[in-house]
Amino acid sequence: METLNQILQFLINALSLGGLYALMALGLTLVYGILKLVNFAYGELVMVGGYTLLLLGAGPFPWIVVALLSVSMAVLTSLLLERVAFRPVRDADPNTMLITSFAVSTLLQNAAILFISPRHKAVPMPSFFIENIQLGELLISKSDVVSLIVSLALLGLLTLFLKRTILGSALRAASDDFVMTRLLGIRANLVIAAAFGISGGLAGVVSLFWIGRLGSVVPFIGLTPVLIAFVASVIGGLESLTGAVIGGYLLGFLNVGLQLALPQHLLDYRQAFTFAIVILVLLFRPQGLIRGIHTREQV
Amino acid sequence: MLAVEDLHVRYGAIAALHGISLHVDAGEIVGLIGVNGAGKTTTLMTIAGVLKPTRGTITFEGSSIVGQTPEDIVRRGIALVPEGRRIFPALTVEENLRLGAATRADRAAIQQDIEEMCVRFPILGQRLRQPGGTLSGGEQQQLAIARGLMSRPSLLMLDEPSLGLAPMLVGEIFELVAQLRQTGVTILLVEQNVERTLEITDRVYLLNTGRVEFEGPSRELRQRVDIAGAYLGRAGQRSRRSQNLGDA
Repeated sequence: METLNQILQFLINALSLGGLYALMALGLTLVYGILKLVNFAYGELVMVGGYTLLLLGAGPFPWIVVALLSVSMAVLTSLLLERVAFRPVRDADPNTMLITSFAVSTLLQNAAILFISPRHKAVPMPSFFIENIQLGELLISKSDVVSLIVSLALLGLLTLFLKRTILGSALRAASDDFVMTRLLGIRANLVIAAAFGISGGLAGVVSLFWIGRLGSVVPFIGLTPVLIAFVASVIGGLESLTGAVIGGYLLGFLNVGLQLALPQHLLDYRQAFTFAIVILVLLFRPQGLIRGIHTREQV
Repeated sequence: MLAVEDLHVRYGAIAALHGISLHVDAGEIVGLIGVNGAGKTTTLMTIAGVLKPTRGTITFEGSSIVGQTPEDIVRRGIALVPEGRRIFPALTVEENLRLGAATRADRAAIQQDIEEMCVRFPILGQRLRQPGGTLSGGEQQQLAIARGLMSRPSLLMLDEPSLGLAPMLVGEIFELVAQLRQTGVTILLVEQNVERTLEITDRVYLLNTGRVEFEGPSRELRQRVDIAGAYLGRAGQRSRRSQNLGDA
């Protein structure tokens, strides 16, 4: 009975954290697939979501409204960044775009330091982020259950969107051969804006649960999510959306597994162990777990 | 219908086209032939808006299309089926076709066109739900052409549709191109298979290192042994042989 409980506990924790990681990785991979840009300003979208929670959380709105506004702010910020920062350098060298993303990231962090505060700010969270459910011997945190369900639901919705709509097919096609989609008349700006919009939405949802876990927001809060997203995407092969999701869940399972397996005095080094395992995986599969589809023949 | 005047295109420091002029009239099949590196693909890519010319004009149905985006040029009625087919391997055959109609909003008519493609290309009808990447080379070429037709173009540009196909399929593809004329679409065909191209085209342009070396009715080129021998290799020799036979 006790082992069964432990297994259940482990599964819920790992699926909840893994789901969050999967959403982070998806947001990064979606944009990478189309622009071949690793958007390092992605973490700052999580930050924007977090500060919206902080600033509006003190207001009179119910939490769910504040949460929706946070997600919307992340979407809007992402669309705005695409328009003002990335579009002007789209045809430049890919490195220019990469450096632009670092610049945007630093700019937004410093704006938060300057206009809000360099220190941790406690974010008011609704009770379900703090409460636990007691099921017999089992103690489950409500926020884990909610994040597990929300991430699965979002993955399902996104899959439907990508498979069942024309814009979804266009996004998948564009990440394979962007010029060809333009030759078919699919507007480059529309596809790229859609990728940035969805990416922002995912970052916004991630920010809710990430800040729910930490309880506070700080200008550098986006650093860990973007790093995790990057590593999960690389494990997944960087080109594949399915790969990103698998990479995210794998990282979640690794993290929670190490938390259980490592002795107390090594727990602080959990991330180091995680990344050591990631390096091992990549040593044996440098192309990532799922290879991008490049069946196009070179003639 | 399409008129290209004095087109110059560069890839960085390298000039690819040195002032090409050509025209395509409605209802024609026009061939663009020449060896590798002659500038055939560059010409098509520039007309389609992927490459920007440094000089020259491109006029389609009376108005200039130079500087327009590929997205807008398709909407004008020019579709390019590029070299190497470039179908989307991870998308199903049907999704590939639907994306071909991305410029259109008439859902019922799109559905009708897909059904029509399935009749014209029966193999696509059988494979509608399969990923495009699982099709054979010849099937992928059919999909690429069908996808190009889905935008209902008035001018269809085909870049080396026979490339890399088994000899038996090469004949089928050329027959298909010749039949397309009956649907009312005008065709600009780039090919390295000169013999076959001369059979199905009305006129041809022979490109060599970014210039037009010869232009005229396909019939005429078949008899021009000098040009055929110099630029076209095997096909030229064969037509020379047939001419000798005629002399005898």
